[in-house]
Formats: sequence, structure tokens, C-alpha cells
Amino acid sequence: MATFSTIVRKVTAHRGLTLGLVLLAAIFAMAIFAPLIAPFDPYDQDLSRRLIPPFWSPKANPAHWLGTDNLGRDYLSRLIYGARISLLIGFAVMLISGLIGTLLGLIAGYFGGKTDLFITFLITTRLAIPVVLVALAVVAMIGGSLTVVILVLGLLKWDRIAVVMRAATQQVRSLDYVAAAEAAGASVPRIILREVLPNVFPQLVVVATVEAASAILLEAALSFLGLGVQPPLPSWGLMIAEAKTMMFFAFWMIAIPGTLLAILVFAINLVGDGLRDVIVPKGRG
Amino acid sequence: MTFDHTTTEPLLSIRNVARRFSIPQGLLKPPKVLNAVNGIDLDVAPGEIVGIVGESGCGKSTLGRIVTGLMPASEGTILLGGRDVSTIPRLELARLVQPIFQDPYSSLNPRRSIAGTVAEPLHIHGIGESSKRFEKAVEMLDRVGLPSRFANHFPSQLSGGQRQRVAIARALILNPQLIVCDEPTSALDVSVQSQILNLLMELRRDFKLTYLFISHNLAVVEHIADRVGVMYLGRIAEMAPAPDLFAAPRHPYSQALLNSVLTPEPGAGVPDIGLRGTFPDPLNPPAGCVFHPRCPREFGPCSSRVPALLPADSGQGSGQVACHLANPEFSSPTEPLHVA
Repeated sequence: MATFSTIVRKVTAHRGLTLGLVLLAAIFAMAIFAPLIAPFDPYDQDLSRRLIPPFWSPKANPAHWLGTDNLGRDYLSRLIYGARISLLIGFAVMLISGLIGTLLGLIAGYFGGKTDLFITFLITTRLAIPVVLVALAVVAMIGGSLTVVILVLGLLKWDRIAVVMRAATQQVRSLDYVAAAEAAGASVPRIILREVLPNVFPQLVVVATVEAASAILLEAALSFLGLGVQPPLPSWGLMIAEAKTMMFFAFWMIAIPGTLLAILVFAINLVGDGLRDVIVPKGRG
Repeated sequence: MTFDHTTTEPLLSIRNVARRFSIPQGLLKPPKVLNAVNGIDLDVAPGEIVGIVGESGCGKSTLGRIVTGLMPASEGTILLGGRDVSTIPRLELARLVQPIFQDPYSSLNPRRSIAGTVAEPLHIHGIGESSKRFEKAVEMLDRVGLPSRFANHFPSQLSGGQRQRVAIARALILNPQLIVCDEPTSALDVSVQSQILNLLMELRRDFKLTYLFISHNLAVVEHIADRVGVMYLGRIAEMAPAPDLFAAPRHPYSQALLNSVLTPEPGAGVPDIGLRGTFPDPLNPPAGCVFHPRCPREFGPCSSRVPALLPADSGQGSGQVACHLANPEFSSPTEPLHVA
């Protein structure tokens, strides 16, 4: 619809979006090129080099820029590989829950009536189930792993997406351009895909990014509880969990992955918010 | 223009059409029934413009949606070119009747270009290649007064009048016979209204169109319509050729409606339309003639018997009126009907 250069101009004019995209791109680059930038193997243990402090400490080792953990693994390398886990979880969960939530929301909002009643019932049922509790039960039954975490979160976190998409669809459904498409003989799937979906997309982007950020945090929380990604995988949440016994001796082992998590979530939210501003066509006039 | 309804086959024939909505009253109470449209008979000859007027909530828009096929009728039949609309397949119906909506701000998909919007019906019907469709759309846009430089614009870049032209182009691209205009000018600036009306008149001539023209604006209807139906609470109160209706309305409600038009005369104030009370609750309509609680000339049978739509003036005029005053069966109690 708009040309590439106008899109670039719109994006760069939006400071929050630019900042979010830069941060996100940096973390993505980190994840993709992890083997190239990581100075060490993240799984390599060296007990003679345990708990080396980061660069600002006088006891720092120039080879281990961010020090090592209590098993002597290079902390920077683990952080870099940990970005892969967080991004993978964030986007895989967003994809699964986004698909389920969008589908349910579109159907409920478009058809209304009994269909809507049924889907609203599903949504409220889902809202009544605590995610952490279900994750705990599932992990207890089949054991924790990256796949299990992604599936559990993906199959649970569609509720808010469905709620937002349902409301947005209801609003678009009542507009005359949907009636015009009906009068032109368009089929229901065609109307949903070509008239409704493009016009609820801004809301979808916002809620999906919020959900991705929250999935990343949930993974960290689950891993912290020992219910998520299992060691020795370098997940940021797991790194915080592993460091909790060292909290008073090596605070950086918590502070550094914690800061990165915060930056990632912040960046995703900035991008979501900014995209909504850029995508939404100007109102009347 | 006059149409001989006795000889020409009507293009649109509405027979006893009703539309009921069920209004939920909470969990335990049974839902109430709202008769939005209540037993309407109407014929529209090919090439004719029939105006439907009435205040908000009288069911005129519902009637338009039923005729366009956007809503099924609860009762009655609609014949289009002699065929029952409910049996015509969607795609075929779309080539017979198209709507033009009131609000050009909500009738165009904001994410589709102007040419894309006009070409979309062709796309739905699988007519032509993509480039051919675009060409046809641009041609149609040009026909409704939008130069080709607008083709790749988006609705947000256009004014209300320009948007309504796009909506008209979209309605015409499938070459339909009947256009249902639901208040096509009431969301527009006054200066633009006449341009759109003149465009509609022009297009009727060029494309041999028939319009069902729904409006609450009496001046617009007087200007454009050949025949006018006055609706009140889901029923037709009076149906007459436009000049006759505006010169001598027969139904007390039509008289009040025409009296309600503001005059530009300074100091004239708001006209006294001589009606009691307010628009009744459509969930709980009055018995008998639905207009009788407000009617200044209510008499004996009004509160108990529903008046039928009968030829006025014992069949001399071409209009029909649904009022006991015009029914010779109840010889007019006080004065003859032509007083307005």
C-alpha cells in the first residue's frame, strides 16, 4: 500500500519505535550470531575459574569480560546464547497463541449470537485457569523442556488476544464496508480475511507483542522455579535462578540477565506501541 | 416522470414484508418482539425512483437492508424482476441490486485504495484479470467524477463527497438494475449534497437505473423521487406520486411531517406540527392505527382497527393511504380529508 521509503520515513519519525527496533535488532543479532560473537562455549565448565567478577572489579579477568558463574562458565557467552531461548519462546508462544486467539476472536466477533456465547465461555474458562499452576502440573507429568514450555504457554496465553480480537471484530463488523462486501456477494471467509482482519491488525500487533513480552517473563519465572527450561541450557530466567544462592556475593549474576530481560521486554513493548501508531491509517479527514 | 403501474412489470415487488427482531429482556423474562417492518407492500417500476421517508426508527433502513439482501425478511416475499429474492444466489443478487450507504466514512475499507475498492466486486465475481479490473475501476471512477489520479489514494485522503462518489462507483461496477440508497446525502455538507443528487440523476439516465431512495430529508426526496412512501412505525402510511404528496398530503402523519419542515423565514420559529405526544415505544406499539395516539384527527375506529393501505380519493388519484378518514366505510365524521 505505502511505498518502502514512506514506511521507513514513518518508522524513523517515531522515536519509541526506532529505539525499540534498534534494541530488538541488537538482541536478535546476538541470538542469530551467537556462535560467532560468544568468546567461549556456554557449556564449558572450568572449576578452577569459578565466580570471576566482571570487568569493573579489580579481580576481573580480561578473558571473561562479564566474569564466570559458579561452575566456571563464561557469563557473557551464556547471556548471548540465552537470548536465543528468550526470543524463541517469545515469538513461538506469540505465534501459537496469536493464531488461536485471532481465530477465536474473529469467529466470535463476526458471527455473534450463540457462537459468540460459546467462545466467550471458552475465554472465561481459560481466564479462570492459572497459567503457572497448569505449567507446574504439565511439567510434573511429562517433565520440563523448551518444547513443553512453548506448547504450554502457547496453548494457554491466547485468552487476551481472543478478547481483544473479539471486541475489535465486533466493532468492524458493524461498519458499512463489511455490509458493502456482503452486498457484493463476498463469502464469509473472504470478508473476514480481506475486510475485517486488515482493520483489526493494529490491535492484534499491540496485544501480540504484549503477550510475547509476558511469555518471555513467564518463561523466566518458570525456569526460575525450575519448571521451565532445564539446565544446562542457558536461559536468562534459569541464570537468575542459578545465581540466587550467590545473590549476596555476586549480585551481577542476577543483575545482568535481569537487566537484559527488562531491556528485551521494554523493546518489544516499544515496537508494539510504535507499530500501532504507524499502521493505523489517519482517522476521518 | 410517471410510470404506468398497471401495464409495466415492476422491477421490485415487495409483498407483505415484515421484519421482527427479538429483544432480550434479561435472563428470566421472555424476549420482546420488535416489529421493525410490519407488512409492507410496494412496487417499483423499472427506471423509477421511489422515495421512502419517515423519522428515525420507522423501519426505512431495515426495509432497505432487506431489499439489498443484507437481512432476511421474517415474513412476506420480495420479487426482483419477478423472481423471489430469497431464491436468487448471492452472486447473482449482487448483480441485480447494490446498496449505497449513508456514511461514506464507514462504507469504505480504510485499508484499500480507491481503485481497489471499486474493483473489489469484480474480483469477488472473478471478472477479468487484475489489470483489466483496475482499468475498469478507473473508468468507473472517472464516470462518477473522480479523475484517475485518485485511483491509488486511500479513503483517508478524500473528502466526504469524494468518498460517496467512490461508494457510488463501487455500487455501479457490477452493472446492477436496482440501487438502494440509504440516506446517501445526509452525512454530506449541503453544498456537496446537490452534486451527489445530480450525479445520481445523471447515472440513472445513463445506466438505466432504478432507485429505492431512503431519506428523512423531505426536500431531497421531493427533488429526486417520482413516487414517495411515508413510513411510520414499520408501516406505510401513505404512498403517492411526489408532486401530489408534497402538494396535498392525505394522511395526517404526512401532513404533520411536511409541516415540520423549517422555513428559512426569519422569526417564523419552529413550526407547530399539531401532534400530541412523542414517537411511541416500538416494543409496545399502540393498538389499531399505530399513529392514533398522536393523531389530531383520531376518531371511532382508529384505536381498534388497523387501517389498510387503500387507493385514495376512491381511486381517482394515483396514491394510496392507510387512514380510516379516507375509507368510505367510515364516512368522514367531521370534514373531508383535503384540508392541509
